[in-house]
Amino acid sequence: MLRLNGITKVFGGLTALEDVSFSVDGGSITGVIGPNGAGKTTLFNIVTGLYTQTAGDVYLGEKNISFFETESLAGLGLVRTFQNVELFAQMTVLENVMVGLHTGSKSGIFSCAFKLPGQIKEEKYIREKSLEWLAFTGMADMADRKAGNLPFGKGRLLEISRALAAKPKIILMDEPAAGLNSRETAELAVLIRRIRETGITIVLVEHDMDLVMDICDAIVVLNLGKKLAEGTPREIQENPEVISAYLGDG
Amino acid sequence: MRFFSRQRHAVRSLKLNMITEKKRQILIFLIFAAAVLAAPYFLKGNYLLNVFVFVGINTMLAIGLNLLLGYAGQISLGHAAFFGMGAYISGIITARFPVDPFLVMILAATIAGALAFVIGSPILKLKGHYLAMATMGFGIIMYIIFNETVDWTGGPSGLSGIPNLHIGSLIFDNDLNNYYLVWLSTLAVMLLSINLSQSRIGRALRAINDSEVAARVMGVNARILKVRIFTVSAVISAVAGSLYAHIMTFIAPASFGFNFSVELLTMVVVGGLGSIYGSFLGAAILTMLPELLRVFQDLDIIIYGLMLILMTMFMPGGLISGIEAAAGFIAARMKGTKDSDAQA
Repeated sequence: MLRLNGITKVFGGLTALEDVSFSVDGGSITGVIGPNGAGKTTLFNIVTGLYTQTAGDVYLGEKNISFFETESLAGLGLVRTFQNVELFAQMTVLENVMVGLHTGSKSGIFSCAFKLPGQIKEEKYIREKSLEWLAFTGMADMADRKAGNLPFGKGRLLEISRALAAKPKIILMDEPAAGLNSRETAELAVLIRRIRETGITIVLVEHDMDLVMDICDAIVVLNLGKKLAEGTPREIQENPEVISAYLGDG
Repeated sequence: MRFFSRQRHAVRSLKLNMITEKKRQILIFLIFAAAVLAAPYFLKGNYLLNVFVFVGINTMLAIGLNLLLGYAGQISLGHAAFFGMGAYISGIITARFPVDPFLVMILAATIAGALAFVIGSPILKLKGHYLAMATMGFGIIMYIIFNETVDWTGGPSGLSGIPNLHIGSLIFDNDLNNYYLVWLSTLAVMLLSINLSQSRIGRALRAINDSEVAARVMGVNARILKVRIFTVSAVISAVAGSLYAHIMTFIAPASFGFNFSVELLTMVVVGGLGSIYGSFLGAAILTMLPELLRVFQDLDIIIYGLMLILMTMFMPGGLISGIEAAAGFIAARMKGTKDSDAQA
């Protein structure tokens, strides 16, 4: 589904990522873990076209998307969420999700201004699809609220709802559990599993080890910009290198 | 399973709410349009009718700028230049050649739009202050062109002899006819802008304003969309400029300088960023204020600056947000008394 091949990123003199390669199977939940500064978010930024890698290639399916612009990726089925929750704060919850359907609709400025019949139909479709996704994530009762006024946990949920509305093949989630309490984290685990059941592949960067070990099929460990290990949760838990990276060499 | 039945219930009640909300918005527009179209009946022979002609033109301009500034969040300090282009292209051609002024109006709008598209592509890559400086530079260049190409524009002493518009034997040469000419155009621009703001394009623009990176990740091509809305904004401004030229029959560069760009910006901010009715409110206040404040003549730019500062400090949503809040408060109070009546 997603394949990274020899990704290297150098910022000035600092090597943030060095020759990182791994692939994500379609329909899996893959966790990318590692201590702070390991380069996890940098990796997501490269995959989503926000940064350009110094070397290496990114493949989505068979397609080399290494130098694709960010805005073209949603249409190819790749979306992401952000560590710091990037909502459209002045818009309602429903409108946020409706933006998720931007790539799934095509009315231009002219047909929107003149409300041509095709646009009215499309607008209705956008609205109903968005409501379906809000019901899926359990936020339909908040549809009218301003996104900027949501509590943090709900903001996270809204970001995921919005990403789902883009009908992705794969979602990258950057620390989806950060800032959530234990009940919200448990609900998130259930939601992520339900998303996978709809056939969507999920890659997540996460610090919450319990969550990662619980829901991931495969885990990639980064340390200081290099891939340290890769395998099933059990293999990772027993890997001595991973243990020493996390706990220090002692 | 309770989770899903509750969500389904929420979706159903939301759909009902949306239908009433849509009806409410149509009603507001119809009331506004009716009030505007009926106003001359009460203002007959009053010089206010003439003032309201210019309120209409300024409303159109403010809406054009608001689409760019209030929705997409991109500033322009050079919008008076597009207004001037519309006025001069219409003025120069119709004063010299016996061509249909409405065709020239379309030509002027097309040229202004094309220019906006060409300069917008590089300029709108800039952000914040840099964009403000670049658009200001554009405005100043156009102002110099209006001043210096004396053979065409008449230079600082102005261009006269611009004919009035006419449809058949109906000539737009008095306040009443001009009022309807301007306000029918403005109402059309308002309606189209409201439609646009509530569509996928409007949402994409506001998304760019709130978080450009998230908008791009969701597939919104921010770069192209900014240029397109800048173009639309320029076209609206140029149409307003053409109307202005034909109504005034005389134009001079002073009307299209940096001061007027700032005045337009003040209208949008005072009325309310991202509100079409707010643009009307801002335009109405800023158009009538100078009439009331004749004493302060040359202090207008200072007063505009002060208004900008005070509004952004104390009422960032503009006057329209204050009015909406007040209406909501009164509605809540009335509902409250009704409830307590029912209890008693």
